[in-house]
Parts: sequence; C-alpha cells; structure tokens
Amino acid sequence: MSFSSAKKLIGPEEIRRQIEVLDSRTPALGAQVVVKAWLDPTFRARLLTDGRAACEELGISFYDDTRLIVLENTDKVHNLIVCTLCSCYPRPVLGLPPDWYKLKPYRARAVIEPRAVLAEFGTHIPDDVEIRVSDSTAMVRYLVLPLRPEGTEAYTEAQLAALVTRDTMIGVVRATIPRPQRTSL
Amino acid sequence: MSAVIPSREPSTPRIIRAEGEQPLFAQADRVRITIRFPVGHYRVPSYLRGRTGSVEKVIEPAGIDNEEEGFGRNAGTKRHYYRVAIPLTALWPGYAGSHRDALHVEIFETWLERN
Repeated sequence: MSFSSAKKLIGPEEIRRQIEVLDSRTPALGAQVVVKAWLDPTFRARLLTDGRAACEELGISFYDDTRLIVLENTDKVHNLIVCTLCSCYPRPVLGLPPDWYKLKPYRARAVIEPRAVLAEFGTHIPDDVEIRVSDSTAMVRYLVLPLRPEGTEAYTEAQLAALVTRDTMIGVVRATIPRPQRTSL
Repeated sequence: MSAVIPSREPSTPRIIRAEGEQPLFAQADRVRITIRFPVGHYRVPSYLRGRTGSVEKVIEPAGIDNEEEGFGRNAGTKRHYYRVAIPLTALWPGYAGSHRDALHVEIFETWLERN
C-alpha cells in the first residue's frame, strides 16, 4: 500500500473509500432483491432478464463493469456458483465472500462433485433435479434466486428477508424455515 | 394532371457489420473449447481445455477480451462471450451424481470453435 502511494498511483484516501464501499455491501442487499422477486412477478421477470439493472432499481449500485445474471432455482434445477480461477463473487450485492468460497477445496470440488459438497452443507438434492454449477470466469457475476419455502404465504417482507441468507444465494443451502431452538431445561 | 412525387423505396438499408460485431455462434450450437497454453493471464480454466459443449446463451453486449484486459490492451478487442453448458458426466469419468448435472461457464469467442 505504501509502495503504490509513494508512486502516486493511488492514495490512502481512495483505498479507505473503496474499503468503505465494500463494507457497505452485505447479504442483506441480496435478501432484499430476492424477497422482492418472490413478491413481485414483474420484478422477478426483470431481474432474470438483467440482474444488474433490477438491482439498480433498488438503489444497489454496481461500482464496476460486471454484469449480474440471476439464476432461478426451480423444482427441476438447483443452481450453485463458484469461481474456480479465483473468487469472483457478486460483491456489489452480497459483499465479501466467505473464506471457504475463496479456498481451493471448494473451488475445485464444486465443479467435480457438487452433490458431495452440498451434502457437507446439509443440503441433499434429489437425483431428478439438475445441479447446475456456474463457474464465473469473465465479466458476469451470478446470484442464486432460491425457492421460496413452503408455508411462508403470510410472512411479512422482513420475515421473508430473514430466511434469505448469504449461503442460499451462493446455492450451498436452500432457503428454509428455521426449526424452533430448543432451550435446555 | 397529377404531379410525380419523388419517393424512396421503404426498404431496410443493407449494412455490412464490422469484425466482431456479430456473434459467431448461436444458442444451441455445439462448440469446442480450444487447447491452448497461453503464457501469462488466462481466464479459461485448464480443466475445460479441449472440452465440447453447447451454447446455452449468447451474452450481450459484446465485451472486451478479459485476457487482454489484464495487460491493459483493451482497444479493439470486443467480441462476444458465450455461456457454454457441459454435462458433468462428460467432464468427469465415473461422475457419481445425476446425469442431469451440468456446468455452465462463460467463454470468450476467441477460445471457441465449431464442433
């Protein structure tokens, strides 16, 4: 950092600002996008056509040149995202990726044995459902649009948003209604 | 006597497209990812070299070559990226999961040939 500053390529101010930009991006933004897609079919259609433009409708800016493709989970297809080359991830709408996403075991195994990887996250996808692994190698980033859990018809937006965790938008888990916590007697 | 009113034929003017403007491949085309060992920055993972698949989607609009971009050589490199679908059973011998499982990956036009 001091080397580039010394060469006057980039100053500490710009670095601090970019850290702040990224720190402001969290999975809560992605959850907002997913919940709106669950509740509004026309937004869902726009989201699936052009992910970036639909996010920008909600005020989620993209600070780089990447495009966003939103991958819709259905009862026939379950999507999983990975970057085998590095750690491409939809940072503008999810923030920083978890460490396991960036490390080699996940990056290699997600394209070789996705079902075994998902099982380690507690996710079991039936054999008649396709697991579609998207390896991002270029200017496109991916976001998984998870299936809305059954039994949530009466949920408020806030309650739905609580079901949409970071891992549901990577595709390693499904969105589920959490089981009630048991407290010890 | 009626005047002769000049008119232009309302036909669509014929144009010639620039190199790289039009995608070379279309959805459902069978393509092969070439085998190359570039020196320096590459964006096609080595596990995909030489593999065949089908074009699932032509990604619009055309984009700059992300391998050239790594060296700052952006001018004049815009071509199309393609989302290519490859079944996992084709990628890995003895793949243990469902035969439906597939990999989707974006590949730049210069890495593809017709299969």
